[in-house]
Amino acid sequence: MSQSDEQLYTFGLIDEDAKREIRRSLLKAVALPGHQVPFASRDMPIARGWGTGGLQITLAIITPTDTLKVIDQGDDASVNAVNLRRLITRTTGVATTVDTKAATLIQSRHRIPEERLRSDQILVLQVPMVDPLRWVEPNLERATVMHGEADYARMWVYMYESVVKAGDLRIASQYPVIVNSRYMMDTTPIPRWDVMRLHMAETLFLFGAGREKRIYAVPPYTPVAPLEFEDYPFRTEYQPGQRCARCGAEESFLTSHFVPGPHGGGAWVASCSDTSYCDQRLTGQG
Amino acid sequence: MGYIAARGGSEAILRAEELVHCLRLSGGSTPLLLPQIRDQLRHAVSRAMHEGALYAPLLAALAVKQAEGDSIEASFLLRAYRTTLSRVMATLPASGREMACLRRISASFKDIPGGQMLGPAQDYQVRLLQPLLAQEDDQDVARALARYQELVELGQPRPTAVGHFPKVADYLRAEQLLVPPPDDPLEEPFDLTRQALSFPAPRSARLQALAQSDTGSLMTFAYSSVRGYGDAHPTLAELRYGYLPIRVAHPLTGLPVTIGEIEATECEIISKAHSVAQSDAPPRFNLGYGFTFGQGEVKAMSMAILDSVLSQARAGSLSGESGPAANEEFVLLHSDGIEASGFTAHYKLPHYVTFEADLRVLERARDHHAATQERRLSRLVAQTTTEEPS
Repeated sequence: MSQSDEQLYTFGLIDEDAKREIRRSLLKAVALPGHQVPFASRDMPIARGWGTGGLQITLAIITPTDTLKVIDQGDDASVNAVNLRRLITRTTGVATTVDTKAATLIQSRHRIPEERLRSDQILVLQVPMVDPLRWVEPNLERATVMHGEADYARMWVYMYESVVKAGDLRIASQYPVIVNSRYMMDTTPIPRWDVMRLHMAETLFLFGAGREKRIYAVPPYTPVAPLEFEDYPFRTEYQPGQRCARCGAEESFLTSHFVPGPHGGGAWVASCSDTSYCDQRLTGQG
Repeated sequence: MGYIAARGGSEAILRAEELVHCLRLSGGSTPLLLPQIRDQLRHAVSRAMHEGALYAPLLAALAVKQAEGDSIEASFLLRAYRTTLSRVMATLPASGREMACLRRISASFKDIPGGQMLGPAQDYQVRLLQPLLAQEDDQDVARALARYQELVELGQPRPTAVGHFPKVADYLRAEQLLVPPPDDPLEEPFDLTRQALSFPAPRSARLQALAQSDTGSLMTFAYSSVRGYGDAHPTLAELRYGYLPIRVAHPLTGLPVTIGEIEATECEIISKAHSVAQSDAPPRFNLGYGFTFGQGEVKAMSMAILDSVLSQARAGSLSGESGPAANEEFVLLHSDGIEASGFTAHYKLPHYVTFEADLRVLERARDHHAATQERRLSRLVAQTTTEEPS
């Protein structure tokens, strides 16, 4: 974007009234952990479903002194992360980093970084499906009443049926949790590996759903409990003996990809989905 | 590590943008000018405006050009631009009664006060491709303008009364045939750009959401309701298209001031279904309302049908199977083209973290399946061996 383009837009692209509304919704969300707060959700120059909720939160709270990190699938160089980072830096001029420890504000899709986040950091997550009750009650009017009455019986039945039919809790990602012993909350499609990292964390987690026009939050030191049964406890994707093929990490979320061999064929290898964590371990070792 | 999916970063994105730009021009044809698009692709411009919810014909022409004719993309560009504009003030409510009509028709009465006026309509054209259009030149333009002037003189229009007509709905209201409007019209309308839609939605929210919905989606819902999955029996009370004056209250005097006019389509549908909500009131027709910027007749009609169906569903006056078009949440939450296209297309984004989690769950399900099969098989084996005659 050229100099003249930049002057067309205010700091952080969206107008100050919109930012103010988002901040008010954020305050309400922090005051009621896990509760979905409606907000107007302005139109953004990127498409709905591509991170407009997270983007609006980031733009509403970012300050010129922030250091920003944007990731998608744990990866700083994923195309969508690059695109969002480009838009945010174009309209704010803030410094960016790939180093989780150096960031003050992190916007993410589908992952929480591996490194333990601190109290001076904020993680903004992009949310595609806002309500865990959608699976059992697609009607918003009725689902709102169910949340109001903390009536989660049908969700428990859904979980029970998944055990009966599939022999296990059959929810892969966006695992439902109970926040602060009150609201059932969708964890966005983070893997189960990341779910427990929301529990009693030092960090403020903000969730933005642009298309669905809802904001919710998990403030620091908030109890977050995944739905589970005594005899069918919540389990992460962790498999004993797992190891990153790249940095050798044994305690990280791995994704597999195909590496073609020199003479045709090839092999599936698993490596850390958090690329910056993986890179740092490599350089630290090397 | 040779292969990392969907990485590539800034360089790839910049080159992709450049490639789109180059491909549009690579045929070497003369670049389109905005007035050409505005005048000659009128319906594309209308659609970008009503789905983008911004009345700005030249900007809409720019959006159509930039989107290379993709209607949803063009309306998306306009919507994304609209959100950056600060709102100076709100206009006063505009009424279709004040429209200077280019066209107004009714299907409910053979003759209506003021008469039917077909106007610019493609409805009765025989759809044969016209090869001569391919060779149009400046002479054709001059001839068409001269002919238009000739026709205007022939019609001898009086300068004082240009296309103002009474409304069919007003006649029906006077005859006590229509249910009264559901909402207090003086109530401040819902503002979809400042409030999230919640349910039950007030009618003003419903109408706003429908007005900026995707034409095709509304058509599909309305069609489903009239074809078989619903109870709608619509009759077109009136469809009008023309110029609608827009007024604001003068900031100092408070008096209404006309600031311009917009091209618009307005539609009113009456439904045969009688309101039975209040059993003490006599049965009446229900009225559905449709409106678009520019000329958008299929959308205005679909909107009016859906408004009517949804009002009836709210009032509990539908009989028989009401179908998905009577489900307010289903219709309103799935018909915004920009939201629907954005989310549908977002599956192009990488999903390997969630897919990895899915794979682990699939593995567990397979293990469970294998174990169950094995148990079943051993039971079967045990059964057959015990049942075998000795």
